[in-house]
Amino acid sequence: MTQVLINAPKTAKKGEVIELKALILHPMETGFRPGTNGRLIPRNIIERFAASWNGNEIFRMEFSPAIAANPFVSFFAVATEGGKITFRWTGDEGFAVEESVAIDVA
Amino acid sequence: MLLPAVFAASFALAQASADKTAADKRRSGYQDMGAALQKMQDDDTANPGMLFVQLGQQLWAKPAGAANKACADCHSLADMKGVAARYPAMAKDGDKPIDLEGRVRLCRTVNQQAEPLAPESRELLSLAAFVANQSRGLPIAPPDDPRLAPFRAQGAAIYQRRQGQLNLSCAICHDDNAGKKLAGVTIPEAHPTGYPLYRLEWQALGSLKRRLRNCLIGIRAEAYPSDAVEYVALEIYLMDRARGMVFESPGVRP
Repeated sequence: MTQVLINAPKTAKKGEVIELKALILHPMETGFRPGTNGRLIPRNIIERFAASWNGNEIFRMEFSPAIAANPFVSFFAVATEGGKITFRWTGDEGFAVEESVAIDVA
Repeated sequence: MLLPAVFAASFALAQASADKTAADKRRSGYQDMGAALQKMQDDDTANPGMLFVQLGQQLWAKPAGAANKACADCHSLADMKGVAARYPAMAKDGDKPIDLEGRVRLCRTVNQQAEPLAPESRELLSLAAFVANQSRGLPIAPPDDPRLAPFRAQGAAIYQRRQGQLNLSCAICHDDNAGKKLAGVTIPEAHPTGYPLYRLEWQALGSLKRRLRNCLIGIRAEAYPSDAVEYVALEIYLMDRARGMVFESPGVRP
């Protein structure tokens, strides 16, 4: 069960600058920590986060092991047309999560 | 001409709230945090604790165990309102008090006849956080059960007792020196208003028990075993000490 929380306005005026916030449940295991058996716990992080607006990429970010668990990303975008904003997280161990929100632009 | 009246009214309001704070000087850890963290806790889409509440909501509706029943099959959400604000309580026909996590574990094994949930496991904390979230905004209201009294007294005694290599009691930091700094961090008054809460240092949701264990290790005392009655006794005492304060789970703390 993957948990995602997205904060995006449902409506915006054309040309308005809006803030998009996305929070996801993920351990972000660095790969540098030894476990209770003394061996390193294998790295398990989100490597990439990308947001697209009606299929066009508007934001991309590469994560590093230094980013804390349950990463929270906030960024701005200009509302040009109504439609769908898609958030996508991909990472180690085949991690891939996609979540979309609808937005009305008048 | 309306202005003086409006001013007088707002002044009266400010006076009233000032009187209220004058009567109750207790501070939740929330008030000792910076504005950024307060904002993080207040915004349900920025509060990482809400990820666990959301997970708990899914687990709440998921049937489990030999009884093949979900929490939602017996309990309505309306019934859960206020529950977390009055726990720990006595277990039904038991002789020991249990905290909210203990109650969830008991329900899990007795009523759902399922595998017990491990202490501090994500499932257990999520379910507890979901139930606790139903009481957000309510005043903390411990029950007046006489059977709890000896445990409350035990908790109060532990709170006052010096222990560990540093020879400190809970009271030395959280009563005598609350509001002052310990290694650059403000010492809170130890009111359990937001548990289970998301601590940035833990990068995870944690229970009050975890917090207590953390403090015990901090004063270099031997932590009690995870099912020890001492933890629940302390929880009973602390909840009674915070009686009437606003319950704010899932809290965010540094």
